[in-house]
Amino acid sequence: MEKVGVFICTGCGIEKLDIEKLKAVSQEFGIEAKVHPFLCSAEGLEFIKKDLPNLDALVIAACSPRVKTAVFCFDGKYVERVNLREGVVWSHEMNVHTQELAEDYLRIGIVKAQKAERPEPYKQEISKDILVVGGGVAGLTAAIEIAKAGYRAVIVEKEPELGGFARKLYKSLPTKPPYNRLEEPVVKSLVEEVGKLGIPVFTSAVIESIKGQPGMFDVRLNQNGKIVDLRVGAIVLATGWKPYDASKLSELGYGRIKNVVTNVEFEGIARDIGRKDVVFIQCAGQRDEKHLPYCSSVCCLVSLKQSKYVTEKGGNAFIIYRDMRTPGLWEDFYKAMQDDPGVFLTKGEVKAVRENGGKIVVEVANTLLGEDIQIAADYVVLAIGMEPTLKGLFTVKEEFPDEKTVPYKHIYEPRLIKSAEEVEEIKKLGHVLNLAYRQGPELPTLRYGFPDSNYICFPYESRRLGIYACGAVRAPMEITSAMEDARGAALKAIQAVELVAEGKTTFPRTGDIDYPNFFLQRCTQCKRCTEECPFGALDEDERGTPMPNPLRCRRCGICFGACPEKIISFRQYSVDQISSAIKAIQVPDPSWDETAAEKFRFVAFVCENDALPALDIASMNGIKISPLVRFIPVRCLGSVNTVFIADALSKGIDGVLLLGCKMGQDYQCHFIRGSELANRRMENVQETLQRLMLEKERVKVVEVSITDWDKIAGIVNSFVEEIKALGPNPYKGF
Amino acid sequence: MGDILVIGGGIAGITSAVEASETGYSVILVEKSPFLGGRVAQLNKYFPKLCPPFCGLEIFYRRMRTNPKLKVITNAEVLGISGNPGNFSVTLKVKPRFVNENCTACGECAKVCPVEVNNEYDFGLSKRKAIYIPHAMAMPFIYAIDEKSCNRCGECVKACKYNAINLNETEKTVNLNVSAIIVATGWKPYDANRIENLGYGKIKNVVTNMEFERLSSLNGPTNGRIITAEGKPIGSIAFAQCAGSRDQNHLPYCSAVCCLASLKQATYVREQYPDAKIYIFYIDIRAFGRYEDFFAKVAKEKGIELIKGKVAKVEEKDGKVVVTAEDTATGQKIRKEVDMLVLATGMQPSLAENPIPGIELDEYGFVKEKPGIFAAGVAMKPLDVMFSNETATAAALKAIQIARR
Repeated sequence: MEKVGVFICTGCGIEKLDIEKLKAVSQEFGIEAKVHPFLCSAEGLEFIKKDLPNLDALVIAACSPRVKTAVFCFDGKYVERVNLREGVVWSHEMNVHTQELAEDYLRIGIVKAQKAERPEPYKQEISKDILVVGGGVAGLTAAIEIAKAGYRAVIVEKEPELGGFARKLYKSLPTKPPYNRLEEPVVKSLVEEVGKLGIPVFTSAVIESIKGQPGMFDVRLNQNGKIVDLRVGAIVLATGWKPYDASKLSELGYGRIKNVVTNVEFEGIARDIGRKDVVFIQCAGQRDEKHLPYCSSVCCLVSLKQSKYVTEKGGNAFIIYRDMRTPGLWEDFYKAMQDDPGVFLTKGEVKAVRENGGKIVVEVANTLLGEDIQIAADYVVLAIGMEPTLKGLFTVKEEFPDEKTVPYKHIYEPRLIKSAEEVEEIKKLGHVLNLAYRQGPELPTLRYGFPDSNYICFPYESRRLGIYACGAVRAPMEITSAMEDARGAALKAIQAVELVAEGKTTFPRTGDIDYPNFFLQRCTQCKRCTEECPFGALDEDERGTPMPNPLRCRRCGICFGACPEKIISFRQYSVDQISSAIKAIQVPDPSWDETAAEKFRFVAFVCENDALPALDIASMNGIKISPLVRFIPVRCLGSVNTVFIADALSKGIDGVLLLGCKMGQDYQCHFIRGSELANRRMENVQETLQRLMLEKERVKVVEVSITDWDKIAGIVNSFVEEIKALGPNPYKGF
Repeated sequence: MGDILVIGGGIAGITSAVEASETGYSVILVEKSPFLGGRVAQLNKYFPKLCPPFCGLEIFYRRMRTNPKLKVITNAEVLGISGNPGNFSVTLKVKPRFVNENCTACGECAKVCPVEVNNEYDFGLSKRKAIYIPHAMAMPFIYAIDEKSCNRCGECVKACKYNAINLNETEKTVNLNVSAIIVATGWKPYDANRIENLGYGKIKNVVTNMEFERLSSLNGPTNGRIITAEGKPIGSIAFAQCAGSRDQNHLPYCSAVCCLASLKQATYVREQYPDAKIYIFYIDIRAFGRYEDFFAKVAKEKGIELIKGKVAKVEEKDGKVVVTAEDTATGQKIRKEVDMLVLATGMQPSLAENPIPGIELDEYGFVKEKPGIFAAGVAMKPLDVMFSNETATAAALKAIQIARR
């Protein structure tokens, strides 16, 4: 940006700084800084607006970018916030060091504004149609709801008929108070409604490939050998579940004793069995490290429902459970079934299932009756669990360039795949989405095969922009929940097509139009960017040159953090911008500052989502922090290029600290892998340090969370002390 | 396209409002209190990741700050709703905040305010001033005066350098015309005083699970140190599950989160007191879905004892809390003397006792959806945060189907 204006607020304690000196800093850049006592007030804003027509960018030296954000937004202008309030005066004792800190922050702000460029949105001719993969209850609901919202949905189903598992149900759970009457399965009416709404349906069809990006997905279907090509804007994945393989449960009699059946099989025969006594064994192959370690959420309800099938025909039902899991309003259904005289419920452990005189005997220990019991029954129903349809498939390549493991794996179930043959074996399991993404053909999955997401706060945010999972493929759930879930995924799909139509990204930087640009002439095909992007935004040509898909991009900057050639940058978040910011820091050296020996200088790259707010909160709580540290906010720690660290160290910065989010299985990084990648890149940094003959302690990564505001100053201050003990960086003054 | 109204600024309402507005619709979010965040802002951590709620709230707030399609009205109560899908009239009572947008949250006002009152953010376990901001992550990040406790002394007006306080501000009535309504009014903790046998309010160191969240939070009354009312460390602690839930005399339904919340709170205790004895009295541990992993992890910890049995009686003896239950597995009476008892009190829908004319409720006070009026989060049924946000996203879809017409 050429025309940069500098506005300094002196309110909220900022007046304690030497404002004349700050103005002099601005003068270094040939800019006359404007000073106002209360910049966010109506008068302050008028004061700014007078200069607006002559400016491309504004440097607002006032409070944290986290406050008064909307107030300091000016249409079409780039705004750089210099955090003098929380970042300087509230968090530091007033002295010469703190004044120097403020001056450096102003330099950084001005440089960043000068280096920023005007972004142009990546706008394409896009499709707003939405592909729904899977024609079960979740998929049907998603398609219907999408159509009702005014968008065109298309359903693809691999079976010859719509309806999925729900089609096989005899009856459905009660969905309304008083929750005691079983209902006709909803699936029939959903199929009818799909027909009425004229939603195109491809049955007996699988996806051969999906190429492209949100708004421009080119989908190739294979319908019984016939190829169908579609273009869609977003995808709802609703491929549901498969029952756990009951043949692994022979200890419970399955496959060994006639009339030991699964809960899925029982739906098929319940109508016709007549008056029979039935034992239901809960958690069959579930909550069990040998089988499915998780709980499938629905089986307690299903067994209660199936008990009603039994008692309605005059039979008795016995349910042996570990914990009865009927959360929320389902408790009413549980209670209704407890009142059914034909239903007998007990906590207990099944010790044996055997045949005796045409009956099946179930031996149960540790019951609530205080004794071991034996129940003779005509049928035993095993409440087996649900596995997502993504389980076992190749989902994602998650390798690092330096590691030579064979690529595909589930993220937190790292299965070392030893050979290319094994890869071929697993490939035979086939695919669901068949994404032609460099990083793999499916939504990346977590342990157990459920799709990865920031799953507490943002449950739908998958790692593939424009593709949203719902129903039992996403988590085990019953029909009512799957239908509600389908609506949520439908909304996200609609939102995605609307945003990408404007060239905007989605969560967490929703609306951002700026996207990374690649100066490919200098690309060395190292593949770091294509491998590290958590969102699979980058494909590769045969030589390994990245082929960007801006509409898949979430704007975290991990690619530019990865690139050793520094050829990836956003217009308003660039390698040049940050490198220049580091260079703008004045590192005192003895040739011009006689107090230089005590003026150590540190740079801390901080995640703007968590570490930066933690620093703000620390300052509001009056916690003081070393004035020798310059905090540089980054979109994600993964966007910190090791070049920045080398730049800092070779300029005489004494130490570099990286403050990012928690990594690992319970990661808190909003860009999934940013903090983890930053940590991994430290190996390269160590090489740089060796080359520069510097101690490895001078660079450190620390995980902090947003509520670590009580610890963050301690982390920073002790780092400062550690480095001080090492002595100054010998490169000062070079 | 008509506006969408979201009632309630907790996590569900925020999700609905943000998702609908980011899809391109105009949304008005109204919140009864002066600040957004609702119940989750009072929590120390979420299960099962044990991550801080403010981490997600920060992302939501950032998306809200720069979203021109989303308008937030705090201190606003919905008095009534009439009309039809696509054309609802909504009357709001907007209470005065007395502090305007000029506020920089510098904090000088609270320093001089002479009025101290119980801080509802900490369930009265701490004090705040009559002019206040509840915590450093508050949204909007400007102070508010609570009308009831302010004595109009004017000290804050004198202290404010930014002309941000006007004690003469008055209540306003606002009429809105909206096309669809999302009810995300959430819940309140069931009143533990009503559960006679569990000793709450009568015996010291019997606290509710929500109070325990505040006691564990860094920004809470004890700066996150879990201590007894006497300020002593915890050697032993008990959690009583289904305190008022699954009980015909109180909340007949299951509140769906309390088992996991207690398991989570057990980890708070374990983190601070590696040797403390932890007892969890339960009927069924409802750790459904992938939450089972979390249950399995916590249950494996040393010193955590899970006892199947409902707490029958709570007494005080020599400054300790004596908890009696029948162990349903063995049939024997179990007594534990502990330093603190946490009642896993359930969630009662906020509208149960404060209904809004025009919104239909079921027998428990949960919202019955009807055309144009949808529910999100615990206003719909007992849900945890993840499921609340799913229903909130679904509600956004239902609302845009009406609003697009």
